[in-house]
Amino acid sequence: MTLTTKLLGSKTLAALTAPHGVDRYLEMFNPMWAATEVRARVVDIRRENPEATGSAPVATLTLQPTSTWRGHRAGQYVQVGVDIPGTARRFTRCFSISSAASLPGERITLTIRANDEGQVSKFLVSEAKVGQMLHLSQADGDFTLHESAATPTNNHLVMISGGSGITPVMAQIRTLLRDGYDGRANRKITFLHFARSEADQIFADELAQIAEADNHIDVHLRYGDQTFSEFELRRLVPDFRNTDTWACGPGGLIDLVRDAYGEENPRLRVEFFKPPTIAAGNAEGEVSFTRAGETAENTGATLLEQAEALGLKPEFGCRMGICFSCVKTKTDGTVRNVLTGEESSLPDEEVRICVSAPVGSCSVDL
Amino acid sequence: MPCSTFRRPGRLAVAALSVSKILENMEIGHNVMHGQYDWMGDPKLNSRIYDWDNVCPGEQWKYSHNYIHHTFTNILGKDRDIGYGILRMDEDQKWHPYYLGNPVYAFLLMIFFEWGVAMHDLEVENIVKGTRKMEENAQLHRGIMAKVKRQALKDYLLFPALTGPLFPLTFAGNAAANLVRNVWAFNIIFCGHFPAGVATFTEEECENESRGHWYYRQLLGSANITGGKLLHLMSGNLSHQIEHHLFPDIPARRYPELAVEVKQMCEKYGIEYNTGTLGKQLFSVAKKIVRLSLPNGKPKTSPDATASTADETAAA
Repeated sequence: MTLTTKLLGSKTLAALTAPHGVDRYLEMFNPMWAATEVRARVVDIRRENPEATGSAPVATLTLQPTSTWRGHRAGQYVQVGVDIPGTARRFTRCFSISSAASLPGERITLTIRANDEGQVSKFLVSEAKVGQMLHLSQADGDFTLHESAATPTNNHLVMISGGSGITPVMAQIRTLLRDGYDGRANRKITFLHFARSEADQIFADELAQIAEADNHIDVHLRYGDQTFSEFELRRLVPDFRNTDTWACGPGGLIDLVRDAYGEENPRLRVEFFKPPTIAAGNAEGEVSFTRAGETAENTGATLLEQAEALGLKPEFGCRMGICFSCVKTKTDGTVRNVLTGEESSLPDEEVRICVSAPVGSCSVDL
Repeated sequence: MPCSTFRRPGRLAVAALSVSKILENMEIGHNVMHGQYDWMGDPKLNSRIYDWDNVCPGEQWKYSHNYIHHTFTNILGKDRDIGYGILRMDEDQKWHPYYLGNPVYAFLLMIFFEWGVAMHDLEVENIVKGTRKMEENAQLHRGIMAKVKRQALKDYLLFPALTGPLFPLTFAGNAAANLVRNVWAFNIIFCGHFPAGVATFTEEECENESRGHWYYRQLLGSANITGGKLLHLMSGNLSHQIEHHLFPDIPARRYPELAVEVKQMCEKYGIEYNTGTLGKQLFSVAKKIVRLSLPNGKPKTSPDATASTADETAAA
């Protein structure tokens, strides 16, 4: 710990800057100075699939985080907050880190596909410039390897990815190779990836190098209509059900993989992206209060009323949308503001449950 | 070198600090903690995270202000902002010889306003009356003390200490800025609810209240201050108290735009839109504070009136 970080984290400085905190003042001088918050400067942007026709553009952003960055393990993700110009609004989304495991303060890369509906991914890929500041969270997620140069095992590993699900898997492979994983390790990795087309394949050159090098990593790339099949996997890895496997990709791919491995197979670890749920009707679907573990049919009443009907006792005040006592995070689904009629489907959105009614299925962190 | 050398820049510093504390308290703190800027997704402007630079813990203020005061605005016995449990601000509050001191209490509340706001939640008057137990305050008390310690440490110890030999001057400067902010905030807030013509309501009147009646009560229960852009900014746009009470979750800087339509609506339906210059509203509030220190002259003329416009009655 340097003297500066010690000083910035000191109680005296915190007392002097109360109640707003040290970071509120530091950022006025230099956005890269922070005592507790994490921010990052974009230092490089590289287009990954310039030839792509079928799918959206993908770019790799290299980020220099503030010294507060605690590092990450391969396979983890980070929340990225972007102040999108013209909206005065900060949008926060999760992205997998595509670079090898990092130490505190080290640079990381995010490889992002510009989704059509995704304001954040579109902005980051197409409009962000070198020098742009982003807000970050610390890295999070359990889709991580227990394998490393320091803790090697003799296990055969399987990596399965689809589309941009390749990013956390790539971080894992890159980490192993960087940390000295080679042909003499005598541990095999079978890497199976599905992309829309050859032109859409990101990291193509690097994957070709990995495939050629003497490292016991077999790379199998599948394009177009080829989908995951248990039969093919069995041909590549006969005992796949008893082999540690990491799978990341769209929900459809993960469903197929899960079927192949069998229910609750502890050898299979998955991470998948959910397509955004769009309003399905007025009072259909199910409402889940995830913290309480309660789920019931959506009655169309406000979230507060539905929670109370289930016997939950969420905090509330005015019950008319003015006091903000009842704000909770809606993790999934669409809600309608009963006062304005406005519908919103943003993930991880804070809503006043007293004036928000679910439209279709909806999950709330309550 | 005598201290007098520092006096002129000292005065400027106190003025600047006062302005900054007023803006932080009114335009930023009050409005951010109302949730007006939650939509921005910026944690530093989020109502659940922000805490303001005064001795009242934001967490407690949000309960007593955002919920209690904004939901039960001007309902006697429910809205504790009427007189803050200290003053007699409505003729329907029963007179007691204690209220002879009304102007003195109001003056003291103005001087120590942030402390008054911090103590507001403790409902000391209800403890005196015996309707509230001391134990109920234990947690609140802890929260207040923690915040008070932090604020006092910063304003009255650490910053003065940073200026070395100027310790007493910095101490006095900080105290002065807090005082200026107290006086200003008290006056703006009292002009928002207590000038002549502002209505109060009984609990019975508001039983099973419709949403429409709620808006009507907010209109009749608040008052505006007319003035320039600077006045609106320095009052955190609470010079548009009426619009604020109708739409407490809309960013306050939008109130001047809303006011045009609200006023038209009031004219159309013949509802009083209570507004006036700062001078007029201040005088009206002061007059009420003094007059209500004495018992009411005569009983209300119309016992079934929904709103008490006490001033007219008393003036008669």
